[in-house]
Amino acid sequence: MAQKKKALAGVLGQRQLADGIFDLRLKTELAGEAHCGQFVGVYPKDKSTLLPRPISICETDAKEGTLRLVYRVAGKGTAEFSGLKEGDAVEILGILGNGFPVEAARPGMRAVLMGGGIGVPPILQLAKELDCDKTVVVGYRDSQCFLREDFEKYAKTVIATEDGSVGTKGNVMDALKASGIEPDILYACGPMPMLKAIRSYALEKGILAYISLEERMACGVGACLGCVCKTTAVDHHSHVHNARICTDGPVFEAREVEI
Amino acid sequence: MNTSVTIAGVEFKNPVMTGSGTFGSGMEYSEFVDLNRLGAVVTKGVANVAWPGNPTPRVAEVYGGMLNAIGLQNPGVDVFIERDLEFLKQFDTKVIVNVCGKTVEDYLEVVEKLGDQARVDMLEINVSCPNVKEGAIAFGQKAEALFDITSRIKKIAKQPVIMKLSPNVTDITEMARAAEAAGADAISLINTLTGMKIDIERRRFVLANKTGGMSGPAIKPVAVRMVWQCANAVQIPIIGMGGIATAEDAVEFLMAGATAVAVGAMNFVNPYATQEIADGLERFLAEHRIGDVNEIIGCVK
Repeated sequence: MAQKKKALAGVLGQRQLADGIFDLRLKTELAGEAHCGQFVGVYPKDKSTLLPRPISICETDAKEGTLRLVYRVAGKGTAEFSGLKEGDAVEILGILGNGFPVEAARPGMRAVLMGGGIGVPPILQLAKELDCDKTVVVGYRDSQCFLREDFEKYAKTVIATEDGSVGTKGNVMDALKASGIEPDILYACGPMPMLKAIRSYALEKGILAYISLEERMACGVGACLGCVCKTTAVDHHSHVHNARICTDGPVFEAREVEI
Repeated sequence: MNTSVTIAGVEFKNPVMTGSGTFGSGMEYSEFVDLNRLGAVVTKGVANVAWPGNPTPRVAEVYGGMLNAIGLQNPGVDVFIERDLEFLKQFDTKVIVNVCGKTVEDYLEVVEKLGDQARVDMLEINVSCPNVKEGAIAFGQKAEALFDITSRIKKIAKQPVIMKLSPNVTDITEMARAAEAAGADAISLINTLTGMKIDIERRRFVLANKTGGMSGPAIKPVAVRMVWQCANAVQIPIIGMGGIATAEDAVEFLMAGATAVAVGAMNFVNPYATQEIADGLERFLAEHRIGDVNEIIGCVK
């Protein structure tokens, strides 16, 4: 794995995609090391907010040296980021986390990539990197289906909305069932209830599933032990039933974790 | 220029150390920092057996700092010796192992096991973690209990012993005196200040543990004051910590009476913090034409 760094990234541009959802494009040397499912820590300039904000990588382009971060404004730090514009600079820490194992989807397998809410963005880079039969199933609150056009470039895309304004009314599991697709492998990122449902579906059907978890984080590099999740077996590093989401994750095989 | 300092006969190449629990055993931060540049690596607390720690959320950000309630998750002393201590052998820095326990016997077991380890230069006894229900802080909030555990550890310890004090007491100098009277070789302070954060939208505690220890730049003035108070109360050396973010902050602690300093929560903010502070301290001494760092230790009475 490449060495982690704290580096200054240049802002190439930013636009708003939906209510509270922003699309930030950065120029950074770190892009060359990034893969789907990994994340970066983004630092607010306001020194009353000290910790880096973990934000998933929506797209990465090693050749251009660019990262695309699509995030939701959730507090003071992300509110500050939403004001970044072309020509600004922002400090980032990365590349963090293990990422989605694309090699797990072998040729001939049918992969389903599921994203819900602010768990949707990292699914885009995954859709780009996966080289097999793939369907994206993404869930939104309402008709503000951000990144939809991007997904449609790379995979068959199925939409679920809570209010039923687009696609299947309900969540991503409802949409998956309605589509009739029988996946051989699942990848998912989204809110905990969604991941729980996907995990039990995968375990019941015996499908290999990789889920991306999140938790309040401090260091982002595996030192502080703030962001742990429960593991089924004793973890190799902690020697207790805890794995570090920032370093051992954020992506875990569904059977490995208790959620 | 001399940057080395000596505590209980152990010579440190400079006074910059890591705050226990904020640096693992150095492995994670060795990607960012040359550990050879540090005075010492102070490890995450280690107990006689593996501890799972507290439920999540374990961390929360607060104005100018953070709260944590990790609950001393650790792999136990045997794994620590085999893996973490082994890793640290490749570096030319001192190693201070932080020891935690639920009972006095737990502490003694760890201290005894570490006694055979030549790579361990000093022990730091955690009697001040606010996030575990048994042990830890219970020994650090009553002078008699602190005296008792310190003297029992001192009887069997092969390495010099640092008692890490809690700021969550009425008078920290009383604790410092109790540690000194029981034979402690040094004291370190401050551990975190107990705090709380409430999520006003959800009407609940942000941390699963309800309370957590506050650290970060916002607590620095409290820590400087307590270091100064203890420096005026005891003769044994002090390792000062609490919100150190820059070399100038480190100088403040040294002038208040600390012989060495530890960088804690700032590692999470700036993974290069320890090395930058060690470099910055040299710069400060050069710019002020101070030939020996020991000249400024306790210079503000």
